[in-house]
Amino acid sequence: MHQEAAIREPLILGEKSYSQITDDVLASVVGKANRSWWIAFGIAAVMAAWGIGCILYLLGTGIGTWGLNKTVGWAWDITNFVWWVGIGHAGTLISAVLLLFRQKWRMAINRSAEAMTIFAVMMAAVWPGIHMGRIWLAYFVFPLPNQFGSLWVNFNSPLLWDVFAISTYFSVSLVFWYIGLIPDFATIRDKVTQVVPKKVYTLLAFGWTGNAKAWNRFEEISLVLAGLATPLVFSVHSIVSMDFATSVIPGWHTTIFPPYFVSGAVFSGFAMVQTLLIIMRKVMNLENYITIKHIEYMNIVIIVTGSIVGVAYLTELFISWYSGVEYEAYAFINRATGPYWWSYWAMMTCNVVSPQVFWFKKLRTSIGFTFFMSIVVNIGMWFERFVIIVTSLHRDYLPSSWTMFHPTFVDIGCFIGTIGIFFVLFLLFSRFFPVLPLNELKTILKSSGEQYKKIETTTAEEH
Amino acid sequence: MTNDKIIYATYDDDMTLLAGAKELVAKGVHIRDVFSPFPIHGLDPVIGIKQTRLAICAFIYGLVGLSLALAGMYYFMIVDWPMNIGGKPNNFFYQNIPAFVPISFEFTVLLAAHGMALTYFIRNWTLPGVTARNPYPETTNDRFVMEIHPSDFGMSVEDLTAELQKTGTILIEER
Repeated sequence: MHQEAAIREPLILGEKSYSQITDDVLASVVGKANRSWWIAFGIAAVMAAWGIGCILYLLGTGIGTWGLNKTVGWAWDITNFVWWVGIGHAGTLISAVLLLFRQKWRMAINRSAEAMTIFAVMMAAVWPGIHMGRIWLAYFVFPLPNQFGSLWVNFNSPLLWDVFAISTYFSVSLVFWYIGLIPDFATIRDKVTQVVPKKVYTLLAFGWTGNAKAWNRFEEISLVLAGLATPLVFSVHSIVSMDFATSVIPGWHTTIFPPYFVSGAVFSGFAMVQTLLIIMRKVMNLENYITIKHIEYMNIVIIVTGSIVGVAYLTELFISWYSGVEYEAYAFINRATGPYWWSYWAMMTCNVVSPQVFWFKKLRTSIGFTFFMSIVVNIGMWFERFVIIVTSLHRDYLPSSWTMFHPTFVDIGCFIGTIGIFFVLFLLFSRFFPVLPLNELKTILKSSGEQYKKIETTTAEEH
Repeated sequence: MTNDKIIYATYDDDMTLLAGAKELVAKGVHIRDVFSPFPIHGLDPVIGIKQTRLAICAFIYGLVGLSLALAGMYYFMIVDWPMNIGGKPNNFFYQNIPAFVPISFEFTVLLAAHGMALTYFIRNWTLPGVTARNPYPETTNDRFVMEIHPSDFGMSVEDLTAELQKTGTILIEER
């Protein structure tokens, strides 16, 4: 058995047995939803309904209902797209990269972080979809044989790379997540007694048996999929950043974009994981599994990635001056002092200054403060994309076409709608799915469980 | 003693089962299978389970994906309809390779991951609608069960039961 240093803090608190872990996690699946779940679900459903209404209005009337104009041709749509894709980075990072690094603390959070990833990428995919205007022609993005004299999609374009990157990332994350869920669905299947849930979970569990060879294959596929998903995580946001970096717009045309976007994505993704898990551990009584230590580890990731983002901002700023390109320099002066100065400084405060307070142990182990910061970081990261997109576009090469972007109620409604749909999906997940990976948690109970560590320490002292 | 007897020995701890399995195998018992709620590390070599070759499959699927992506892009962009994009014509494959890297990578991962997952589902026979074959529902919660066919190695059920009882099993059932 794997031995862990006695001084390392336990990952599972309290007196737990294997069946206790099952019962704790399945309490919400087997029992009834509590009042707070229903309140949250109600609010999310209203937001989702409003958003779907706005999206239908947009599709029926046209993109002109957004506040876009001929100078600012990309605004909230792409901002929201990049924001959601960024949030969708934490799940696979946690489950794949931390699996390769043998970080056992990932086990309490990977299931819900992956669910969050999948829902966030779905919300991201909404934006380019509805931005097409004629969403029923969305299949044109794939290289399909067609009647226009074999007019293929352009494989040299980062926008097409994006299609491949996002669809690969989404489908591989989904499969990775589902393969991990199967043994836990089997646990629910063998545990529930009501007729309908039993039927549903039997179907979802795919007839999982849990024999030795199946587990052997399970561990192999988890490892290999993690190995495949790791470069995938880094590729997705790199390619998203190339949508901007390959175009000749001051403020976009920089080689720093791929690493800068990836670290920003991980930064915002972890913040969203914090937002969701801090609520979930409380509502679902999972404080023994998602401990303060887990929150602290995630805050450390936030400091690291937040600092990388800060360095990237400053590098960008310095290079815009050092390059001697006046257009580039102006783009940055305009960001910091132009009419959108407030969005630039909101971004700087939220993303560069505020994560640094996590150097104080008292703050990074405080649940309330972490929750507050997770919201601040997500606001900051939304502004980052807004700054990159809108402030680079609104004052272009031709001063006579300089303009401002004003969102309409459809812009706002669609954005709120995706947040609503995201939360509806996440709440349904937390209600009906095993939110912690049971099979993985059970493997670390004896090496990282609190009562087992106590026994180990006392026997070590006796010797 | 009939030939089709199956003995199920239940344990309540993975480490007890692992220690028991080692003892039993040393005495010539052949353990057909073990059902557990999570992987028991170190068990596979004891009961003679070979390492899966799924990773090799994934590698082959990945190579197929890479070849398909490159062949596809060569056909679409170079042979069938060479486009002149921003004064950069697509006349030669080697000149375009840098632009083809992202999609080649993505498609390699796509086929490797999905091919491997499908192979995994079929080899494990875990597909929608399949009936589970675990002997007790508790094996997905907190019970660890050995499946032994005494006829495999010609030991009498009584002898085997006696041996099993020494290993700390909590329940022995004959089916």
